[in-house]
Amino acid sequence: MRRLVTDTLVIAERNLVRLPRAPELLLAFTVQPIMFTLLFRYVFGGAIKTPGFSYADFLIPGIIVQNIAFGGFVTALGLNEDLHKGLIDRFRSLPMARPAVLAGRTLADVVTNGLSATILVITGLIIGFSFHTSLLHALGGVGLLLLFGYAFSWVFAFLGMLVSTAEAANSVGFIAVFPLTFISSAFVPVKSMPSVLHPFAEANPFTITVNAMRSLWLGAPAGNVVWGAVVWALAIIAVFAPLAVARYRSAAGQ
Amino acid sequence: MPPNAPADADASREREERLRGAAVSASGLVKSYGSVRALAGVDLTVAPGTVLGLLGPNGAGKTTIIRILTTLLKPDAGTARVAGLDVVSDAAQLRERIGLAGQYAAVDENLTGLENLTMVGRLYGESRARAKRRGHELLERFELLDAARRPTKTYSGGMRRRLDLAAALVARPPVLFLDEPTTGLDPRSRLQLWETIEGLVADGTTVLLTTQYLDEADRLASDIAVIDHGRVIAEGTPDELKDRVGGERLEIRLDEASSADAAVVALAPMADEPPSIDGEVVCVGVRRRGGAIVEAVRLLDDAGVGVEDIALRRPTLDDVFLALTGHAAEAAEDDQAAA
Repeated sequence: MRRLVTDTLVIAERNLVRLPRAPELLLAFTVQPIMFTLLFRYVFGGAIKTPGFSYADFLIPGIIVQNIAFGGFVTALGLNEDLHKGLIDRFRSLPMARPAVLAGRTLADVVTNGLSATILVITGLIIGFSFHTSLLHALGGVGLLLLFGYAFSWVFAFLGMLVSTAEAANSVGFIAVFPLTFISSAFVPVKSMPSVLHPFAEANPFTITVNAMRSLWLGAPAGNVVWGAVVWALAIIAVFAPLAVARYRSAAGQ
Repeated sequence: MPPNAPADADASREREERLRGAAVSASGLVKSYGSVRALAGVDLTVAPGTVLGLLGPNGAGKTTIIRILTTLLKPDAGTARVAGLDVVSDAAQLRERIGLAGQYAAVDENLTGLENLTMVGRLYGESRARAKRRGHELLERFELLDAARRPTKTYSGGMRRRLDLAAALVARPPVLFLDEPTTGLDPRSRLQLWETIEGLVADGTTVLLTTQYLDEADRLASDIAVIDHGRVIAEGTPDELKDRVGGERLEIRLDEASSADAAVVALAPMADEPPSIDGEVVCVGVRRRGGAIVEAVRLLDDAGVGVEDIALRRPTLDDVFLALTGHAAEAAEDDQAAA
């Protein structure tokens, strides 16, 4: 167990140290989310009615959740690259804890997700977003955000081990996650969608998590939505972490 | 190669002792990928401190053998022990005692040379400080100290291979596995890497290496196992294998192809087996090296056959491969690519 912790930290450090040396990745964490925030706020913002909130307040929790969910993309691409370059073989031939390569990778994602969330919050504050709740609630929201991102990192870890090329990881991930984030309350109220989409949009973990964020940051009526979001995140981890680790054990065994 | 039935109890005991003392021993390894049989029953033994070269074309099963012996892959059948440990049931312990350097230089290109080695050391359970010190030592030994703080994506192919090999040596493993260590390297880097490997063997490391280069096996390996279609089709020292295709050969280039028949008749008294003819080149296996050229020139001169060039040639492992498989190593590679 001690070995799992230290090995995980070694791998997480490896993935963070290399980050500033791959500028294109850093761009994905910084410039891209800012660009999307500005586009939504100023291009669509005027056309979208969000009763009870200004669009800036409505948008920021939604766009942050979407961004965090995609943060795990780096994990899918990185693992796929490690697999093809023989690095996974090297790790598997070392006497290290088996899940550490994946656990370290997903842990590094938490740090990068924290970075892009910070950038987005600052951008939000500039364009008119503000916290309407206590510091404790706001921090609770940050915790939920990072947990949700961590859960999706495991989805992407599994994906990265599953598909044969980085390009495939890219398109499969995009096709699977993009509609999920859009058919949710992230950018528009669910009520404004056609009614056939309502059941899906309302059950969507993105909707639940975004609504939980709005209750923690804006004081929107919460109900059980915060716990619902936590349960979703834990359930995703419980399913995808074992799948990813099993895949790790066998994938390189080709 | 047919299994040698032990002639008596002594021979059997001797073989058993050899297996027990072996750094690597495998018996009956079988592995299939779907319907493709990669290994069809492989037996191997490597004595401590020696180098076994697995020689064979692409797709022969060499890499699969390495992957099984380094615990990356479980065999469908058969057993193998490395450094006294079973590759399946003692896999976790075994990983402490082996080093693997692959066909693809498995280093993180966004990390520096030192960061790569430090990471590997820490994954062996060393403290950061000790791992770093060991990394320094290895970089110095592999003449990479100048590049220690540069990301490895700036390294040349040869430097990456050396770093990859250094990473395999971090824990001073008694048994080292090298999967095509010099594939794709320029001649100078190849020679450097060969010298490094020879140095490791001189220090007592047991090495199992795969290669498709006959000269590489010839230079580095104390024993060679020739692999084709998932089986060991021959094994022995490089010299033993060469002896199997006969001794030395005279290659005689005649002035005119039309005098080839006369040359064959003239050379009959000194030939080991019927000479072969290819255009104006006549090849003769000879029993004795000493005086062979002089004797051949005299016989041909007496018969009035004009000679343009004559040379004594030792058989190469290419000849061995051709004799064993009926095809040359290179041609076999093309077969695989076409299949």
